[in-house]
Amino acid sequence: MQESLTSGFEQCMKCSICTEVCPMMEVNPLYPGPKQAGPDALRYRMLDSSFFDENLKYCLNCKRCEVACPSGVKIADIIASAKLENAHSAHALRDKMLASTDFVGSLASPFAPVVNGVLSLGISKSLLDSTIGVSKHASMPKYSSPKFVSWFKKQQASQKSFGKQIQYFHGCYVNYNYPQLGKAFVSLMNACGYGVSLLEKQKCCGVALIANGQKKQALKNADINLQAIGKANAPVLSTSSSCTLTIREEYGQLLGKDTAPSKEKFHLAVKWLYEQWEKGAVKFAWREDFKMKAAYHTPCHMQKLGYQYYSIELLKMIPGLELSVPEQQCCGIAGTFGFKKEYHELSQKIGSKLFSSLKATGCDYVITDCETCKWQIEAGCSLPVLNPIEVLARALDIEKTKILNNNEE
Amino acid sequence: MKDYDVIVIGGGITGAGVARDCAIRGLRTLLVERADISEGASGRNHGLLHSGARYAVNDSESARECIKENLILRRVAAHCIEQTEGLFISLPEDDPAYRDNFVEQCGKAGIRTQVLSPAQALALEPNINPELTGAVKVPDAAVDPFRLVSANILDARLHGADILTRCEVLDLIKENVTVMGVKIKDMSTGEIRKIHSHYVINAAGIWGAHIARMAGVEISMLPSKGALLVFGHRVCNMVINRCRKPGNADILVPGEVVSVIGTTSDKVPFEQCDRMSVSRAEVELLLNEGAKLVPSLRNTRIIRAYAGVRPLVSDDSDPSGRSVSRGIVLLDHSSRDGVRGFISITGGKLTSYRLMAEMTADLVCKKLSIDKPCRTAELPLPGSDNAKTKCSSLVMKAAEKREGSEVNRMSFEGKGNELVCECEMVGRAEIEYAVKELGVRTLDDLRRRTRVGMGPCQSSCCLDKAAMVLAEILIAEKLSSESGAGELAAALKKEFLQERWTGIVPVCWGEQMAQAEYLRNKYGKCDSTI
Ligand SMILES: Cc1cc2nc3c(=O)[nH]c(=O)nc-3n(C[C@H](O)[C@H](O)[C@H](O)COP(=O)(O)OP(=O)(O)OC[C@H]3O[C@@H](n4cnc5c(N)ncnc54)[C@H](O)[C@@H]3O)c2cc1C
Ligand code: SF4
Ligand code: SF4
Repeated sequence: MQESLTSGFEQCMKCSICTEVCPMMEVNPLYPGPKQAGPDALRYRMLDSSFFDENLKYCLNCKRCEVACPSGVKIADIIASAKLENAHSAHALRDKMLASTDFVGSLASPFAPVVNGVLSLGISKSLLDSTIGVSKHASMPKYSSPKFVSWFKKQQASQKSFGKQIQYFHGCYVNYNYPQLGKAFVSLMNACGYGVSLLEKQKCCGVALIANGQKKQALKNADINLQAIGKANAPVLSTSSSCTLTIREEYGQLLGKDTAPSKEKFHLAVKWLYEQWEKGAVKFAWREDFKMKAAYHTPCHMQKLGYQYYSIELLKMIPGLELSVPEQQCCGIAGTFGFKKEYHELSQKIGSKLFSSLKATGCDYVITDCETCKWQIEAGCSLPVLNPIEVLARALDIEKTKILNNNEE
Repeated sequence: MKDYDVIVIGGGITGAGVARDCAIRGLRTLLVERADISEGASGRNHGLLHSGARYAVNDSESARECIKENLILRRVAAHCIEQTEGLFISLPEDDPAYRDNFVEQCGKAGIRTQVLSPAQALALEPNINPELTGAVKVPDAAVDPFRLVSANILDARLHGADILTRCEVLDLIKENVTVMGVKIKDMSTGEIRKIHSHYVINAAGIWGAHIARMAGVEISMLPSKGALLVFGHRVCNMVINRCRKPGNADILVPGEVVSVIGTTSDKVPFEQCDRMSVSRAEVELLLNEGAKLVPSLRNTRIIRAYAGVRPLVSDDSDPSGRSVSRGIVLLDHSSRDGVRGFISITGGKLTSYRLMAEMTADLVCKKLSIDKPCRTAELPLPGSDNAKTKCSSLVMKAAEKREGSEVNRMSFEGKGNELVCECEMVGRAEIEYAVKELGVRTLDDLRRRTRVGMGPCQSSCCLDKAAMVLAEILIAEKLSSESGAGELAAALKKEFLQERWTGIVPVCWGEQMAQAEYLRNKYGKCDSTI
């Protein structure tokens, strides 16, 4: 237990506001709720660690409770650290597979077409369902071939020619499942006058490892990432709100790491980009023929970071984009939670409110900063979901933007 | 024929222990308590099951008594005791010679010690003052006094004793030089009646001086007030003492989920004994001294302060009344004062209650020519019998932590598992048990028996719910003349809030100030004096 957690939990005024906003409380009577599972039960776990409630597994780690808490109690972190201390699950293999996005991803990617075929076939999904407990109703993210990193290697040389540089933390999702996002990021950065390089080394941020209570592996990944970020000689950008939250906040709060390097250098790309624009360091020129009707969904982790402002403000700059922003709600997937058989139904129940409010906007696309929200919304709304970086890259007049940004050189 | 063989006055640990011992030996026993059980010193002490180490240097007799009883109670009252062990830590300003003598005297009293280096002590208890110069490990333990009293009362009842709470002894019935019984007033109905017995035992703690006067005898008592502070969670897992001549605020006891620092020692007039409060100066003293043991106490939430009165007795052998007799005081008033049928038992400690009860029951049996040996050193209290338990929820586990194997007698089916007090994880089943088996009638009784409302929220969360659940159960069990659960709940709530505030006011700062404000705003309307 990190000292920062034990010292902060006593600020709890027992006002129960957190329980009002917890999406799991609403759909699942077994879940004790943030107040009970967090600051209340922590006192008993300090007395005797066997006061661990198995039902804590239901916590989505969405952090909505923390955002709402007027006393600044790190409720979700308290719960997550209890899970880290007490991890054991009937589905050990499955949890390990879903948590090790790196590991499974690196196995799957060279055979991506085969794996995707297998995963979307009802029969093998049932097999997964009964053998390792991945819900057959959940649509699994597709693995992509080739990996982002393989593609990037071919671009590396051309990136060096840029006077200004940034580094990219692509994460597992871009690497294995969605290289398009990485490619869009590189083209956007290039247009803004920045060359892109990768960190000397990077591992899955570990968000899923933490959620599944795999502390040892999470610690290992954190060490590797923090070390690489420490050595970086340019800002390190990520296109994922969850990777950003994990690396900037959870490494310190839950794993007890010194997050000084990540606090200084690691940023969510939209925030960094907005700040450069605000300073006049980057400029945008927009395509005149770009048209899109979209709704922005604020991921819970984005809300926790307080960064949704940057995505929304950047998107609002696009002349051809008709953007609506419905009230923030949890999509219910919470990383790998929605893929687990026993939780699939709950996950859908939580998400259903969001799905209908997104559909009600009449949009053609949903935009969001989180990859797991993307899966859940794609499956739940049958709408294509994009990252803001992709939308920006599509809407930019690349050539004009290049000229605007290369003036100084 | 007399109504009873013995009437015990006082429902503290002494009275409860005496009543149980007498009942087990087959005496027809009645216990009379003017308020609720544990309302006197027994519910306002430190909860330390002394190893005797604290007394080893100055009072070897108490030390020997303590270690003996400590080892017995660990067995027969297992569910009320947490075998934490204790540390006596030396700080740079403490005399190292004291420690050497301390270790030696502990050895002589039969208290096992282990001398530790600062590093070893810090490895055991990382939160203690890192400036310590050394530590001695001793077999101290934490005891829950509320549980200990209620388990004794319960077992007395199971052995046939009658228990009357909320009945005040107004006077003793006397014929010539013999006490024949008591005149009591039922505090809820106002009814006054007389009950006869062969023996009356005065176990009224500091109030024993008044009872003695009713019999026409004098016990010269010196009320000594001790104040304590409760912190919101555990900062250590062992009892932490200062290794020096016993002084103020030099013991920190981990009591279940909280930590308690104490105590002070001040002579107070008798009039104050009924209404104890803790001053700001006392709180500061406790905090300052406590932080020397565990520095992080300064940043730990204080949830409550309280004070109790030690029943100290002037030594009969000193006519000036100034020197205090240590240890147990058992007075046979027929040999001491020529008054028959009357015995007083006082002094001592929570830790030595069983022995006090044994000595008293031995004397009563001798007087009544009953030849029954004491069995309380072997017979476990209800809850401590090591019976198998099966706890499938946290609510059940918390109930087991408090009531031991008695959890098997609680019914967690259906609504029983419903959580009522969220801070202390008290479920409906435990409340039902406390009403049926432990004589709970008010929310304050419930707090003492189960911890409802004792946690950091100080009842701001659960008060409405607890009041309603208690009201429903009291009505269902036909224990209240009220028929509307809503009205009864409101009345229970009002009464409870009044009591609560006496403990909270002096420590209103930081988080607890905010919590108190919250409580006041939420429930303030219940009571105009808040
Ligand atoms: C601050 C403090 C800290 C302590 N810490 C410890 C410790 O850590 N360890 C330890 O072993 N000991 C400790 N003690 C000592 C211990 O608490 C007492 O010795 C013990 O509780 C005394 O119990 P009792 O039953 O004799 O008295 P009490 O508990 O005071 O009981 C007397 C009862 O008599 C009732 N009564 C009074 N008048 C009447 C009447 N007219 N009719 C009917 N009933 C009446 C009262 O309501 C009361 O309930 C501490 C004491 C204090 C004050
Ligand atoms: S993190 Fe989300 S699911 Fe977990 S307790 Fe907080 S609000 Fe509820
Ligand atoms: S919102 Fe914060 S202060 Fe209120 S109950 Fe929840 S944790 Fe406690």
